[in-house]
Amino acid sequence: MEFQGGSSPVTDSGDDIGVPMEDVREHLVVVGNGMAGCRAVEELLARDPARYRVTIFGAEPHVNYNRIMLSPVLAGEKTFQDIIINDRAWYDDHRITLITSDPVSAIDRARKTVISRSGRTIGYDRLLIATGSDPFIIPVPGKDLPGVISFRDMKDVDAMLDAANHGGDAVVIGGGLLGLEAAHGLTLRGMKVTVLHIMPTLMERQLDEAAAWLLKSALEGRGQTILTGADTAEIYGNGKVEGVRLKDGTQIPASLVVMAVGIRPSVALARDAGLDVGRGIKVDDHMVTSDAAILAVGECVEHDGNVYGLVAPLWDMCRALADGLTDQHSGYKGSVTSTKLKVAGLDVFSAGDFSGGEGCEDIVLRDASRGIYKRVVVKGDKVVGAVLYGDTADGGWYFDLLKRGENVADIRDLLIFGQAFASGGGALDPKAAVAALSDDAEICGCNGVSKGQVVACIEKGACSLDAVRAGCKASASCGSCTGLVENILALTLGDEVQSGPKTMCKCTSFGHDDVRREIVAQDMRSIPEVMQKLHWSTPDGCSSCRPALNYYLLCALPGIYVDDQQSRFVNERMHANIQKDGTYSVVPRMWGGLTNPRELRAIADVVEKYDAPMVKVTGGQRLDIFGIRKEDLPAVWADLNAAGMVSGHAYGKSLRTVKTCVGSEWCRFGTQDSTGLGVKTERMTWGSWMPHKFKIAVSGCPRNCAEATIKDFGIVCVDSGYELHVGGNGGIHVRVTDLLCKVATEQEALDYCAAFTQLYREEARYLERTAPWIERVGIDYVKQRIVEDDAGREALRARFLFSQQFMQDDPWAERAAGVHSDLHQPLSPISIAAE
Amino acid sequence: MTDWIDIGTLADIPPRGARTVHIGGEKEIAVFRTGDDQIFALVNECPHKKGPLSQGIVHGQSVACPLHNWNIALKSGEAQGEDKGCTPTIAVKQEDGRIWIARPEMTKVAA
Ligand code: SRM
Ligand SMILES: Cc1cc2nc3c(=O)[nH]c(=O)nc-3n(C[C@H](O)[C@H](O)[C@H](O)COP(=O)(O)OP(=O)(O)OC[C@H]3O[C@@H](n4cnc5c(N)ncnc54)[C@H](O)[C@@H]3O)c2cc1C
Ligand code: SF4
Ligand code: FES
Repeated sequence: MEFQGGSSPVTDSGDDIGVPMEDVREHLVVVGNGMAGCRAVEELLARDPARYRVTIFGAEPHVNYNRIMLSPVLAGEKTFQDIIINDRAWYDDHRITLITSDPVSAIDRARKTVISRSGRTIGYDRLLIATGSDPFIIPVPGKDLPGVISFRDMKDVDAMLDAANHGGDAVVIGGGLLGLEAAHGLTLRGMKVTVLHIMPTLMERQLDEAAAWLLKSALEGRGQTILTGADTAEIYGNGKVEGVRLKDGTQIPASLVVMAVGIRPSVALARDAGLDVGRGIKVDDHMVTSDAAILAVGECVEHDGNVYGLVAPLWDMCRALADGLTDQHSGYKGSVTSTKLKVAGLDVFSAGDFSGGEGCEDIVLRDASRGIYKRVVVKGDKVVGAVLYGDTADGGWYFDLLKRGENVADIRDLLIFGQAFASGGGALDPKAAVAALSDDAEICGCNGVSKGQVVACIEKGACSLDAVRAGCKASASCGSCTGLVENILALTLGDEVQSGPKTMCKCTSFGHDDVRREIVAQDMRSIPEVMQKLHWSTPDGCSSCRPALNYYLLCALPGIYVDDQQSRFVNERMHANIQKDGTYSVVPRMWGGLTNPRELRAIADVVEKYDAPMVKVTGGQRLDIFGIRKEDLPAVWADLNAAGMVSGHAYGKSLRTVKTCVGSEWCRFGTQDSTGLGVKTERMTWGSWMPHKFKIAVSGCPRNCAEATIKDFGIVCVDSGYELHVGGNGGIHVRVTDLLCKVATEQEALDYCAAFTQLYREEARYLERTAPWIERVGIDYVKQRIVEDDAGREALRARFLFSQQFMQDDPWAERAAGVHSDLHQPLSPISIAAE
Repeated sequence: MTDWIDIGTLADIPPRGARTVHIGGEKEIAVFRTGDDQIFALVNECPHKKGPLSQGIVHGQSVACPLHNWNIALKSGEAQGEDKGCTPTIAVKQEDGRIWIARPEMTKVAA
């Protein structure tokens, strides 16, 4: 029995639509012919096929189909026929009345009737609301233009296919599951697709940063353009979609825009009828709403504060509902969800709480060559969450351990290798497992090193991880076999294993030099990429490795790498020095220590205008304004900028000051223009980020008033030219510079300075100043690179100057103009609700 | 009864970052967002010497204080590792894309 919408209004309780008068069974009316509504009816029929007379209203023109399979239909892998769950015969066989294309528009609870859009009024004894969700449409200009489509039902798929037939460009707004499925389908249909995602990483609800990065790389490899952090301002077009404009001004032309930014439970009908509605329609454990005669199920409900957007919980709800309707009350207890998905053909899995946190331990396995990332979160000997990418075979097993709250203490060390390994063969001790490996077994996949070769290397005298890496290359590339190598070392040497040089931090088994080398060798371009390829053991690093990685990438990829602000220490993020009371000090640059009335006036004005409690002459020949509030910083900078001053970087791992003395211009002993050279040096070097702070000074004669011999780079002018000194340090351990060489001209002094600075930038470890660096590598090495190797020096100088092109933007000007203004302003509370 | 205060959206807080918020008469509150978009709120004072935690580096579910690098757990406010001390936490909920914090009771600045 089937009725199409739009027919003339009828007003009765159903007998005029073909149901025999004598059917006096209780009448169950279902609103929504979707996945949950129909499954509920199936469950009911399985328990008691005769008990209810059933009528189903569907807004769509179709029989019940599998919504999940819309993606394969879009991608061309399936047809609509393939995804039908219940065909017309099913409705007929069970004497179910199906009314399609005619949504229910109102419920009259007093009279127990529903009213449809076409005017049908039908009485019910029990009403089941299963209206699903509505796609969320972001309220931007142009959202209603023809060519803007959501992704929820068959009609949307038809519209997308129609657009794809005309070819051209598509923009998908939303980088969650739905958006990526849409993008994949449209790509297969020949469109050029750009995905816009407002969050910094894709599918942030299901995936952590590392897995999201892998997914993004894979999708980009298939030709999609993916823009994260992309905030849509407008959809433009004359009468139809022509493109999307982002808040940053970028324009992306497109003839089709798919909006897949999320869903909202469809609650309008229930709300208008006066039922209790929160985020969804509120139901009890038996799926009964605030009206005992009305039930609700599916994505439209809120149970115990939760709403769900996947089918598995809906099936649980449908069982409880059918039990209730047949008086065998079991009750729905809420669902723990896991997501196992093939996103655009790539396997991903996530379950539980994978955010980590206190008391949680992350077990991470990364296999860079196979593109696999696995992370299991364990708390108090129990699995509490998991994220898998690339190989999801063990997802079900982890989810099972999680749901059952199984104690995993015994299999802890092998857990990450999966069920087959952890529960097989009783080889629960990793050392025993390694001992059992044959000599031919491959240990290091990257470099093709067998266990026998590692043992031979150790027997020849390699007593530490580092020595093995140097000797036979095992674990020297991606590091994923580090644990194996360490076990072989322990097995072969017992207590004689030496611990190698320090690793960067507890997140990695690599030292600074290894990480830097691999960043360049493997052309890595982001922090998550380094963490993946080098098998970081934590999901997003710590406060010591993040700033280091950020610097290494910045140094390796000038002009390409996008600085990660959140990986910087507060002073570098705020471009000012934090003080013990949380205020900041501001030090404008004074080139070579020179100033003028205009600058002094501007500083005096700032001190008065912002009530700065102190202003002081620093040891670096600047003026330091203290006690500025975070909120006032942009305004202070704007005032200083207006007088021609830029950031002094007194806060950065960067070039600090170039101190000068008065030199030959005025001083009776001066041999060269030390002030002028100092200004030139500072103009050349300012703005560059370094492993640590870097100070320069130029003295006009060996009396050395600018203290050049305790600076990172010091120039002492003499009659015949310029003595160049390196590696000096005041501070805790005073170190006098080593003499690098002597040059004849100012230009040479500048060239050597640039080359030395770049050598330090490229080779020192993060937070290693020039003094300890030179102690470590030796002044002879530095001389060989800078003084003896003319071509090498020239190349270093050229790389420094190239990189400086991208560094010498005044960060203050940018902030004063409003960039990152949110970092300076508190949030403003909006409204208050009591509960 | 709890007063819930709407303080904005997820997008208002940088990932692995924090913003501050002032609720009349109370100590300043730091609202943190982790790398995977969880939100936590603490009084913006380190248990060590009152460093402004909102300015620290957020990693995992901890923040490193900007003054002397103590690590504070965002969930409990407890100092981690060898350091001892605790910063008061404030309840947070995310609903319909908005962030709500509970009106803090215990942090009243003495009048
Ligand atoms: C402002 C100033 C003191 C002054 O009022 O004169 C100063 C202030 C600070 N110094 Fe300094 N140093 C200042 C010149 C010096 C000098 C002298 C110099 O540059 O000629 C030295 C010795 C030379 C040297 O660096 O080798 C110096 C050696 C240090 C050290 C020890 C460095 C070392 O390698 O041992 C630190 C600690 C550190 O960086 O880890 C430090 C750290 C600091 C910090 C940044 C401490 C901090 O992290 O908050 C202070 C910031 C205060 C602020 O908010 O502005 N400051 N500091 C000077 C700023 C110069 C400028 O205009 O930029
Ligand atoms: C493209 C796509 C891919 C998906 N992939 C997955 C996946 O891989 N895994 C997973 O678990 N989940 C997936 N989902 C989610 C899953 O489809 C939903 O969770 C599920 O369909 C929800 O079932 P429901 O019955 O609550 O809502 P729906 O299936 O949407 O059914 C609701 C029905 O009610 C109708 N309706 C609404 N209002 C009225 C009214 N007033 N009168 C009459 N009828 C009305 C609607 O037209 C709709 O047909 C996917 C969803 C989409 C769109
Ligand atoms: S460098 Fe020499 S000449 Fe210059 S001021 Fe100092 S003492 Fe005088
Ligand atoms: S004030 Fe936070 S560590 Fe000292």
